[in-house]
Amino acid sequence: MIEVKSLTKRYGAKTAVDDISFTVKAGEILGFLGPNGAGKTTTMNIITGYSSSTMGTVTVDGAEILEDPIKVKSKIGYLPEHPPLYLDMTVKEYLSFMFDLKKVKLIKASHIDEICDHVKIADVYGRIIKNLSKGYRQRVGLAQALLGNPDVLILDEPTVGLDPKQIIEIRKLIKELGEKHTIILSSHILSEVQAACERVIVINKGKIIADDTPDNLSKAMSGDKKLTIRVDGPESSVFDLLSKVPHMLCVDKLGMREDSVYDFILEAEAGHDVRRDVFLRLAERSWPILALRGSELSLEDIFLQLTDENSPAAEQARPDAPDSGGESEDETRESGEES
Amino acid sequence: MTAIMRRELSAYFASPIGYIFLAVFYIFGGFYFTMTCLLSNSSDLSFTFNSMFTIVLILVPLLTMRLFSEDKKHKTDQALLTAPVSLLALVLGKFLAAVLVYLLSLAATIVYAMVIAVYAPPGWAHVMGNFIALLLMGMAFISIGLFVSSLTENQLIAAVGSFAIALTLIIIDSVAPTITVPWLRQVFMSIAFFSRYSAFTVGKLELSGVVFFLSICAVFLFLTVRVLDKRRWS
Repeated sequence: MIEVKSLTKRYGAKTAVDDISFTVKAGEILGFLGPNGAGKTTTMNIITGYSSSTMGTVTVDGAEILEDPIKVKSKIGYLPEHPPLYLDMTVKEYLSFMFDLKKVKLIKASHIDEICDHVKIADVYGRIIKNLSKGYRQRVGLAQALLGNPDVLILDEPTVGLDPKQIIEIRKLIKELGEKHTIILSSHILSEVQAACERVIVINKGKIIADDTPDNLSKAMSGDKKLTIRVDGPESSVFDLLSKVPHMLCVDKLGMREDSVYDFILEAEAGHDVRRDVFLRLAERSWPILALRGSELSLEDIFLQLTDENSPAAEQARPDAPDSGGESEDETRESGEES
Repeated sequence: MTAIMRRELSAYFASPIGYIFLAVFYIFGGFYFTMTCLLSNSSDLSFTFNSMFTIVLILVPLLTMRLFSEDKKHKTDQALLTAPVSLLALVLGKFLAAVLVYLLSLAATIVYAMVIAVYAPPGWAHVMGNFIALLLMGMAFISIGLFVSSLTENQLIAAVGSFAIALTLIIIDSVAPTITVPWLRQVFMSIAFFSRYSAFTVGKLELSGVVFFLSICAVFLFLTVRVLDKRRWS
């Protein structure tokens, strides 16, 4: 649906986007993840035709943005980081104007009503946008992007500045929209991407440093051989016993958690699952396991690793994810802060 | 194009700008009309039309200052520039909205002529010639203002900038004769607004004048399109 080829954007000496290539299939929800200033917005602005690339091409449904900008633009609904709202207009006037501007060929009143119901702004329909809260403005922006049912939706940080309840609502909405639209969504908030997207592209300093599903990314980055274990038993004896488990590479003490309860990190040789052995051996000695989990990284950790220049993880960023072991830990962290 | 034009028209009258523009125009137009026609017992409208030049010069920047700068400042240009609309349609839509409001203010001069007509025939051909001249010159100023507005996101800079350019074009008339370099004087004379305009006010409908003002419009509308286009590339 969307094909981006060796896209580069320079502002004078500064390279904002550096030779980025990726494709998005029809119906896919792609997350665009990166710290502030990584080049997410620039890339989106180029795809939507707001700014031009220094090099490279963007093709949407067979049409190239520079060769046939009108055709490409008519296929895209864009919600920029700051919703482009005319504050002096009512929601009704604004949507009606955008409807005309986009030359939508649907029945105006019913189409706008439908969208207003969908994004839940019917109750502020007659109000002046200036007087709306940030959450409502964001939704009006989203409504504007949905006008004309475009095939592609591009949403730049759609939840910035919203309260947690609104964030959850908008995310739900995006998931729903994903059933009918191809979506590119950018964020510097990882839980958001984890929650809504099937695929994540991590971008830093204008370069793509990872491109995978959120699950594969976290598996590959952590190496699925690391386990964190919590055992009720004497520390040194448990340590000795764990060290003798076959294929165990190393055991690290993490210290006491409760009375006579200790944490350890286990690292097994690649391709070996030691969890059953560990359980049986500890059970033999009646040292109960209180917790055992694969210490997979959350997207947040991966993100930090990938964007940290000194980290070796950044080197092995494009992983052929091994497909075994490790309970995935669904720990969604809420970090709804703004940039 | 019509969507943008309608949006801009409603924006003029959703804010005080449209009303202030019309009110000031009517007040000063009325003042000159009263002074030069009614109180002087004259049916000659050319003095009134002549003084309109200054009013238009001062007021038009008010009309054009927000056209693009406001969009840039509030980032609404993202909606316009990512919509399936050509840049030319965008520029023309805004241009025509300003021209329509301007026409509304010019309509007052027809009223003056009708008032005169009660006492003596005002010379309708003369009046229409003047009207057309005023319209053409206003359109040229609007296109200049539109262009300056596309350069900045600050409305004040846009207003002062277009005012300065317009004023320069007028001063040129009095500066030009003092220039001793022949080719430079020729250049100055050829871009002078006032001499072309005043030719209309004495009743001459000069084709060269019409072409001149329309060319100014075309040039600045084209430049505005280029500015918008260039912004994407920089």
